[in-house]
Amino acid sequence: MGIPLAYNLRNLLVRKTSTALTALGIGLVSWVFIFTLALAGGFESALRTTGSPENLIAIRSGSTAELTSIVTRDAAAIVESQPEVARAPDGRPLATRELVVLWNLERKSGTPTNVVVRGVTARSLSLRPKIRLIEGRLFEPGLEEVVVGRLVSQRFAHGSVGDRIKLAGRQWSIVGVFDSDGASFDSEVWGDVELFMPVFDRPVYQSVTFRLDDPSHLEAVRGRLEADPRMSVQVKREDEFYAAQSATLAALLRGLGLFVTLIMALGAISGALNTMYAAVGSRTKEIGTLLALGFSRGSVLFSFLVESVLLASFGGLLGCVFALPVNGITTSTMNFASFSEIAFRFQVTPPVLLAGMLFAAIMGLVGGFFPARNAARRVLIEALREA
Amino acid sequence: MGNENGFLVALRDVHKVYHRDRIEIPVLQGINLEVREGEFLALMGPSGSGKSTLLNLIAGIDSPTKGEVHVAGESLGTLRPKRLAAWRARHIGFIFQLYNLIPVLTAYQNVELPLLLTRLSGKERKRRVHFALELVGLRVRASHSPRALSGGEEQRVAIARAIVADPTLLVADEPTGDLDAKNAAEILTLLQRLNAELKKTVIMVTHDPHAAARAHLTLHLDKGVLQP
Repeated sequence: MGIPLAYNLRNLLVRKTSTALTALGIGLVSWVFIFTLALAGGFESALRTTGSPENLIAIRSGSTAELTSIVTRDAAAIVESQPEVARAPDGRPLATRELVVLWNLERKSGTPTNVVVRGVTARSLSLRPKIRLIEGRLFEPGLEEVVVGRLVSQRFAHGSVGDRIKLAGRQWSIVGVFDSDGASFDSEVWGDVELFMPVFDRPVYQSVTFRLDDPSHLEAVRGRLEADPRMSVQVKREDEFYAAQSATLAALLRGLGLFVTLIMALGAISGALNTMYAAVGSRTKEIGTLLALGFSRGSVLFSFLVESVLLASFGGLLGCVFALPVNGITTSTMNFASFSEIAFRFQVTPPVLLAGMLFAAIMGLVGGFFPARNAARRVLIEALREA
Repeated sequence: MGNENGFLVALRDVHKVYHRDRIEIPVLQGINLEVREGEFLALMGPSGSGKSTLLNLIAGIDSPTKGEVHVAGESLGTLRPKRLAAWRARHIGFIFQLYNLIPVLTAYQNVELPLLLTRLSGKERKRRVHFALELVGLRVRASHSPRALSGGEEQRVAIARAIVADPTLLVADEPTGDLDAKNAAEILTLLQRLNAELKKTVIMVTHDPHAAARAHLTLHLDKGVLQP
């Protein structure tokens, strides 16, 4: 058994002010760290949950996003006519042809930003059962009506049911608001694809999303469609397609966040270093006594390291507490894959909090190492002589 | 215990030299000393005579510049630091002038410290801590922190800590140096009881002739040399 934990805990409590200030510094850095992970995680989640693993998406070969894709009417018909495509109750293929354009709309704050305007069919909702209307009704095909995602309704001027928005020179009535359970569709405006095509002067679709009657047919259908000489398409699982779109920006968000965090961490580690050096300095005689009683230098090193990690863990806990209110708050960023705004929620999940705690503990370990080593290297006889 | 020629403590031609700014300061010069098990020895001498240094060498917290120190069957100069620490934990009970209790721990926890270096169960540790506190008359103060104790009480807790692991040798460096006469007398009586009833060998450094009078034998050091 080593030096009891009570020794470290009580020493931290005795030095209330320096403990609190150091823990606060570490807590703030942990908060930034958790904030960064929650931001990147929320963004990733929004795009990851946009796609369903049961759906496939056909886009032009070489395209990485719908925006740069072209799927002709003929190609769409070929995709839908594959015998493995599942059938809707009405016997028609469970597939939807979609058009994607960017349109500049004004946020409630007054600043304009690009929003994805998606032309959809009645099948779009069948393929995405998580999407549900939370207000109003679905648009009528052929009429200048649209439905908007929940976040568009919340964040954009004139985004409520009954309002009218201007798209492609026409006024469109907002007749409903839908919720896609955190997916990026919440940041989109949907209308009738067959009406959008002439209005937006687009003779082609951007994608065809469809479902197979049996998921095991994926490779066969993919191989056949991608080899079809009449068209140039690639077929991907919808969830993988959207997850890939989030990868670059999520990595960038994490990278920038971590860079800022690491710079701040240097300051917090210095704080821990100072606090622990002061602790070691003021307890030289105690260290001497412990060594004289027979505790090894390793025990002393470990004990001070534990104290530093405990101190940092208090900070980590503070960081977690600071971060919890951020959970679920909606923010937005430019999705580089679609050049449109995507709104998403911060996700302060248990793994993110655990990562924040671990990061704090590592700061404590790094900040405490040299003071702890200093304590363990004290010359016993000199330590005992300290007043 | 394989003691040196039947002595619990045996020092052979021990020298200790300190260096300060390239100046050699001889503190002990050719000390030869033998202490039998069960003795109560007092070391007296003026300040700077080297008595605390001698005690530290015997307790294994300092090493001689020259000579051999045999205590409790070990030649201390041959022990590596980790083994020396374990040896101290097993054989030496320390009583310091300023008690050296850990201020953030309770009396109970301070006394328990040496037992944390043993393989004793929690139950056995508890029994021993209570026994030691009982012996020094402070069982009722077990949960008190050192700040809540008087100087005499603190020293009694320190004595409980020194004996709790049943060490071979008690070394006391001016154990009454910071106490008033009444408390000093109580501490000396306690040391005498430990020696007489528990058969503990005690080596005590003191300035006080009254304290030294409680010992079986008093040796005088002057300028690093034991006086005949």
